[in-house]
Amino acid sequence: MSLGLFFALLGAALAGATSGVGSAMGVGIAGQAAAGVCTDNPDMFSKVLILQLLPGTQGIYGLLIAFICLSQIGIMGGGADTAMSLSTGLLYFAACLPVIIVEPISAINQGRTSVASIAMVGKREETFGKSMIFPAMVETYAILALLISILAIFGVSAL
Amino acid sequence: MAENYIYAVARVRTRELSLLNENVMAQLSAAASEQDCLRILNEKGWGGSGVSTEEMFAAENRKTWAFIREILPKEGQMKVFDVFRLANDYHNLKAAVKEACIDGTHPGIYGEDGTVPASLIARALADSDYEHLPGHMQTVAQEAKELLLKTQDGQLCDITIDRAALTAIREAGIASKEKLLEEYGELTCATGDIKIAVRAQRTGKNKAFLDRALAPSRTIDIRELGDAAVMGFDAILACLSRSIYSDAVEELKKSLASFERWCDNRMIRQIRPEIHNPFGIGPLAAYILARDVEIKTVRIILAGKRNGLPDEMLRERVRETYV
Repeated sequence: MSLGLFFALLGAALAGATSGVGSAMGVGIAGQAAAGVCTDNPDMFSKVLILQLLPGTQGIYGLLIAFICLSQIGIMGGGADTAMSLSTGLLYFAACLPVIIVEPISAINQGRTSVASIAMVGKREETFGKSMIFPAMVETYAILALLISILAIFGVSAL
Repeated sequence: MAENYIYAVARVRTRELSLLNENVMAQLSAAASEQDCLRILNEKGWGGSGVSTEEMFAAENRKTWAFIREILPKEGQMKVFDVFRLANDYHNLKAAVKEACIDGTHPGIYGEDGTVPASLIARALADSDYEHLPGHMQTVAQEAKELLLKTQDGQLCDITIDRAALTAIREAGIASKEKLLEEYGELTCATGDIKIAVRAQRTGKNKAFLDRALAPSRTIDIRELGDAAVMGFDAILACLSRSIYSDAVEELKKSLASFERWCDNRMIRQIRPEIHNPFGIGPLAAYILARDVEIKTVRIILAGKRNGLPDEMLRERVRETYV
């Protein structure tokens, strides 16, 4: 087993792990606010549930990058390159870095923004549409990081 | 830390919808009679048939504290709100001192929602066994009882307890390490001192009385305030104009009631930013204060209607609302 493959695998594992942790935290804090609003106004359930789920997407992006990386290095589907060079392994690791770093930070901050939006909807139900925009803006950077990681992984594979 | 209160703040946000806003206060002020006011309040969930106004206010107070207890994740977190409840403890201490010095029991003189049960304070004073009282209350409880027994001077006893109460509230605010609560403690203490100084000046009290009555404060020099109170009302105004409470001078010139309204309005303005804060203990503290000012305003309006106070005069006394 080469050190290169280890780093490539580490990149994929961290992409899945850090994004998952970030999303769990984001959805968790938004869930507390959602429960608070629903305690006094159960009719708000569907609206606050959507806002609670927004920080969950980063976990999916991390999973996606982990899948792509694992399939590219052959860990998934068989045919893993056990003799992968250290530099190639590090390139895969570097390709995963945008997701490893950006997704958890954006998930937690999106969770905090969702908390504020849930409070907004709890007070004025008619602001639901607008309240979605604020946490959605945070999503932009999670998507940008995802795109960079996807492009980088396929780029490394094509080398 | 702030994440500990997310659920609680969300609950508060929903409850804020049921706070009485400016329109409701204006409606109450414009109502033809106390009965009309009570009808409006009933629609808002206050009181009910056969409930006296005092019972209604007590019930509203209970509702606030029951709600806060319900939304706080841990029982120990109530401690941070001692700053609001200490006034009730010291009210109960005054009642217990007087009950202990006069034979017999007097039900109904104790208030609710202190940090310690009123029965504990009453028993401590009756048995002269102060060690079960909170630390900040032990010395003053003993001192106040001995003073009343020795001098039979109820006012002296009251100012001793009031000074201890203001000090305890200020220190509880500092101990909470929450900016809003610290500001509340400081404002309560400083404005309490100003009120004491004005009343003492009006009744011609001497410097020794003021030295005993004024509680130390960060934002007002009590030595200067005490001297000013002995010199006269204009000296108090001059003293205030040199402090951060200079905008209270005009209100104090009008009346003490006007000054009290200024104090409440200042607090409401101080807490208003919390309405947009989704995290931390600030919105909870702001809700408690908002409810307190709301109950106070309704009490003023009802008393005004009962006593036939002109609408204009009543409007002057109505406090600003949080929502």
